[in-house]
Amino acid sequence: MTRMSGAQALLESLERQNVNTIFGILGGAILPVYDALLGSTKIRHILARHEQCAAHEAEGYARASGRVGVCMATSGPGATNLVTGIANAYMDSSPIVALTGQVPSKAVNSSYMIGKDAFQEADIIGITTPITKYNFQPRTVAEIPTIVNTAFYIASTGRPGPVLIDLPKDVQSDMGEVEVTDKIEARGYKSMIEIDLTKISEAASLLVSAERPLILSGGGVIISNASDEIMEMSDLLMAPVATTLMGKGSFPEVHPLSVGSIGMHGNPAANRLLGEADVLLAVGTRFSDRATANLDTFASEAKKIHIDIDEAEIGKNVEVEVPIVGDAKTVLKLLLAALADKLHKGEGTAWTKRVKEAKEKLSPLLKDRPRDIVPKALLMELRKLLPESAIVTTEVGQNQMWSALYFQALRPRSFISSGGLGTMGFGFPAAIGAKVACPDRPVVDIAGDGSFIMSEQELACSVTEKIPVTVIVLNNSVLGMVAQWQRMLYKRRYMAVHLGKTPDFVKLAEAYGAQGLRATSIEEFHKAVKTALDSKVTTVIDVPIGSEHDVVPFVPPGCGLPQQRGDY
Amino acid sequence: MEAGRTKIISVLVENKPGVLFGVSNLFRRRNFNIESITVGPSEQKDMARMTITVNEDERTIVQVVKQVAKLIDVLKVEELEPGNFVMRELALIKVNAPTAKDRSDIINCVEVFRGRIIDVSTDSLTVEITGTPDKLDAFLNLMKATGVIELARTGITALARGAKSVRIDE
Repeated sequence: MTRMSGAQALLESLERQNVNTIFGILGGAILPVYDALLGSTKIRHILARHEQCAAHEAEGYARASGRVGVCMATSGPGATNLVTGIANAYMDSSPIVALTGQVPSKAVNSSYMIGKDAFQEADIIGITTPITKYNFQPRTVAEIPTIVNTAFYIASTGRPGPVLIDLPKDVQSDMGEVEVTDKIEARGYKSMIEIDLTKISEAASLLVSAERPLILSGGGVIISNASDEIMEMSDLLMAPVATTLMGKGSFPEVHPLSVGSIGMHGNPAANRLLGEADVLLAVGTRFSDRATANLDTFASEAKKIHIDIDEAEIGKNVEVEVPIVGDAKTVLKLLLAALADKLHKGEGTAWTKRVKEAKEKLSPLLKDRPRDIVPKALLMELRKLLPESAIVTTEVGQNQMWSALYFQALRPRSFISSGGLGTMGFGFPAAIGAKVACPDRPVVDIAGDGSFIMSEQELACSVTEKIPVTVIVLNNSVLGMVAQWQRMLYKRRYMAVHLGKTPDFVKLAEAYGAQGLRATSIEEFHKAVKTALDSKVTTVIDVPIGSEHDVVPFVPPGCGLPQQRGDY
Repeated sequence: MEAGRTKIISVLVENKPGVLFGVSNLFRRRNFNIESITVGPSEQKDMARMTITVNEDERTIVQVVKQVAKLIDVLKVEELEPGNFVMRELALIKVNAPTAKDRSDIINCVEVFRGRIIDVSTDSLTVEITGTPDKLDAFLNLMKATGVIELARTGITALARGAKSVRIDE
């Protein structure tokens, strides 16, 4: 037992969890923690310029590194500004711990306290209950270490997700006898699941009998570090691998059996083959509506095996023949072992021939390669310019779907996008977080002008904190994806999509002390990216493109994947 | 779809603040309908028992149970096996009884339904009645003649029969 303040107990516990970075913005109700942070030699604080971005930075850090990201904000508006970032992490199963200040839990000198509508009071526990795995509000100094340990444990195990700790100001500043321990208290939390071995053998028999097996690799494969097992499985079954958006990077997209990502804006080869497969092995995916489109025609020829660590995902959206609840890597290893004596690495089959043919016919990457300054050419050029180790983040909208279609991800944790919540403004702060986690790797945010202006103020953070990333603004002066929908589905009745006077992104970058470049041809783009990659300061590359480029082909809302349409 | 059949879920939870909010909020957000929910202490002092009645099809019930089980403050959750549980609900009913005949009619009904008169005033009687929801409905129907002034029902509480229990043995 040592006598210390709640703030000190918090920081000691965070250090014990090997936290080295906190993304945050301070304010009155979190001052005791910031005061204690001044004395920390182990934790770097990065001052975000908006709390939402602090949360996205923590998530970018988490998704690039696989470690828990930490963000911090004051009470009231600081805490509510975190909410979008927390919801994003919840939807994409990213492990972050959010720390918030709160007004005092007990009245001191008859000042206001929790429940009295004090200045900058918000019920962040109530607000974040449906978008966190769990949240805590310690009322004594002594309970802080166990709460911190439990928060990190819950955030990072099972299906990962955000956890929030709401810290009343008096609990931060009170002194107490504290035992800094490794104790965890969560008796109702089960992160380890006993795998049902009968399901493994059922799955194995199904796969052995499959003539046209297809693997669907989701974000769970990346979280579980199961890419090697997916590769082995694909080799063994001679099965093509499609990914979801969240699974992009879990299987190298240059592999002959990679067919790209499925979905509303997915690779037509992936969408087509999914409809032809007779057995679907879906791993670490929740069958989101944007991935499956209309469920009536989703993989309708296939018997389905679904591996997921979250039992509630089984049967939630898609009914399957063989559900297996468990960690993707562990389950795949068991499945590979069960298949080892039944199958030996195959040669080419009729199915692999069909895969090759479908890719040649349908994959947009194998079709023509324009030299104009259009998204496809830019993103294919970018892939050539970036080393395999580069991390790419995206914003949300057309930029994101073009990236999914045309930018080939080669490694897990190298493609970071807001999949579930679809948060515009996510990519740039996520890039900053990823760069902090992986300072030796180039990090590039593929942005649209609409998304970038939602978090451009983080240029101040990246310049001040010396976190150089590259932002490529595909600048079409419209909110492109909704404009596309209005064009295709609302008879070109454009409403509120034209951005009018967008900033001059070169000057904007320069105003923040960053580097601004403009590219009006593929050659200039090539040069600008090279310059950016060599730069010690964040670079914004403004790439003016036409305002009527569509992401095609696409699956109109309500239709099934086989109904993907549009010339491309 | 097997609609119209009431299902009962017994949930053992941590006995601490915010847990009822967490569970009821999950039902709201996932679009599951709660018919009734009762909460009270359980056989273990740091655990509370919730009895939740839902009217959903089988597939939804499976989802409900899985989603509730995921909540960290939930220690155990099970759907009570149909036909293999006992359930009761309690109602307090204040009925109009302005005349002596009204009173005697009501008292007769209360006896048949094995309820109790727990308060009497010049114009009304307050009745306590316990039983299955059907029994309570039947009694309430009879009270329509004179008029129900106020009604408070607890919602269903239930336990599995005999050896089958939703509990945690520590």
